[in-house]
Amino acid sequence: MESSHLRQQIAAMRQSFFDEEILDGQFCQLERLENRGNPNFVEEVLTMYFRDSTTLLQTVEQEIETDTIDLAKVDMMLHKFKGSSASIGANKVRNNITKTRQLLEEGNLEGAKLAFRELRMEHDNLRAKLEPYFQQLRQVGPVETATRPKGSDHA
Amino acid sequence: MAAQGRHGGKKSNKMTALVVDDNTVNRMIHHRLLDNLGIENVAVVNGKEAVDIHCSGKTFDLILMDMDMPVMNGIEATRQLREMGIRSMIAGVSTRSMEREIREFIEAGLDDYQEKPLTMSKLISIIHKING
Repeated sequence: MESSHLRQQIAAMRQSFFDEEILDGQFCQLERLENRGNPNFVEEVLTMYFRDSTTLLQTVEQEIETDTIDLAKVDMMLHKFKGSSASIGANKVRNNITKTRQLLEEGNLEGAKLAFRELRMEHDNLRAKLEPYFQQLRQVGPVETATRPKGSDHA
Repeated sequence: MAAQGRHGGKKSNKMTALVVDDNTVNRMIHHRLLDNLGIENVAVVNGKEAVDIHCSGKTFDLILMDMDMPVMNGIEATRQLREMGIRSMIAGVSTRSMEREIREFIEAGLDDYQEKPLTMSKLISIIHKING
């Protein structure tokens, strides 16, 4: 009974990620790659993502706060970050990266700094939401993948 | 396409692939995609390692080549592999969307190009091209 209630909670958490557009259909693609031989694949990928993203965001923040920003370096880092964010389905993070890059390209440094702060917030929000989700998943074992959320087909 | 055995011995019918990407997350995902299709695969982190692994005598049916990598990027690596006579299917995989950038990558010697993120359906469409 308790397990069933927990599974419902987990399913509701998962659905909220799509309803709030924090995640998109690419996350479902990752879930489909899990199998008996690799039941924690999604969590492993997300753990790696956050390990890399934390370092990257610190580096970008240091760079954009200097007087002589290496724009090409920052753009390349953000480009890479956009790639890995898209690969895990981190929709809002990816959109904020695009916004930050656009403002940097336009030479709007103050705008870009603001956008970067929003990006950091979205990133931290994503991690804050996913950590308890995976924690609960580990308690009950993998939840069967729900039907693909509407309008989130990124395949 | 039958792959040459790793130690140059008995030929295996299992397809083989090389993942070339400097990003850990992408390497993990591409590796899993290939694994789930029963494709033996190894991963390297830049274009130079892709060239080096071929210089060591290994060949692959499929190479998934990222574009932007340190040391040697995907465009240069593709060019060098073709100059070495490597005829494997090389599929460029990148988040780049500007036509000019993609064209340069394709002209380096790609057989296919797919925009990231790579999905199972995109990978299957690449493999269908190998099998004709």
